[in-house]
Amino acid sequence: MAMSVFHRITGTALYGGTFLVAVWLVALASGPRAYDTVAWFFGSLIGRAILFAYTWVLMHHMLGGIRHFIWDAGYGFDRDRRLGLARATLIGSITLTVVIWAIALLVR
Amino acid sequence: MSQVDNRQNTALSMRTPRARVKGLGASGHGAGHFWLQRLTGASNALLMLAFVVIIALMAGRTYPQAVALVSHPLVSIILILAVVSVTIHMRLGMQTVIEDYVHSHGLKFAALIANTFYAVAVAAACLYAIIRVSLGGLA
Repeated sequence: MAMSVFHRITGTALYGGTFLVAVWLVALASGPRAYDTVAWFFGSLIGRAILFAYTWVLMHHMLGGIRHFIWDAGYGFDRDRRLGLARATLIGSITLTVVIWAIALLVR
Repeated sequence: MSQVDNRQNTALSMRTPRARVKGLGASGHGAGHFWLQRLTGASNALLMLAFVVIIALMAGRTYPQAVALVSHPLVSIILILAVVSVTIHMRLGMQTVIEDYVHSHGLKFAALIANTFYAVAVAAACLYAIIRVSLGGLA
C-alpha cells in the first residue's frame, strides 16, 4: 500500500523533473553561455544532490513499474511475494543508484 | 407538428446523441489509456537505461564536446524516442493521479488541461532542442 502510493509520488517527482531535462536541452541548443550556466548548476553540490535523488527516484519508479507488470501478468499477489517485491524494489533501486554513480564517477 | 428536441442539454453535457444511444460510456477508450501507459512504461524502462548512460557521458564535457555527443545520430534518436515515450507516459500517469485525487469538477477540468499543456510544452521544448543541436552549426 505504502509502496503503491510511493510509486505515484516518484512518478509526480519525475513529472516535475522532466522540466530540468527540458532546461538542460534548451540551454544546449541556446549556446555556450546558457549551457555553461546550466552545467555549472548541475555540477554544484545542490545540482549533484538533485541529480542523485533524481537517479534514485527514476530507478525506484522503473522497478516499481516492473513490479506492476508482474501483477498485470497475474503473479505475485500473495502476502510473501508482495512483501518480497516491495523489498526488492527498494533494495534494487538503492543498489542501481549507487552502481550508476560509482560507474559515472570512476569512468571520468 | 413541431419536432421534439430530445437531445440532452448540450450546455450541461458534451455527449452526443449517438454516444447516448450507444450507451457505452467511456468503453473503448479506458483500455487504450491502460495499454498505452504499460506500453510507454516498457519503452521508458529501455530508453531510460540509455538516457542514464548519455547523462553520465555528458558530465564534465566542454560545450563543443557536449554538442558533439548529443548531435551523434544514435544519441539524438534515443533522446527523441525517450522524450516522446516519457511525455506520453507522464501525461497519462498524472491524469490518473488528478482523476483519483481532485474531486472538484472545475479544478479537475483545469488540472487535466494544464497537465496536457505541460506535457506537450516539455515535449516540444526537448524535441526542438535535440533537433536544433543535431542539425549542426552550434559548435
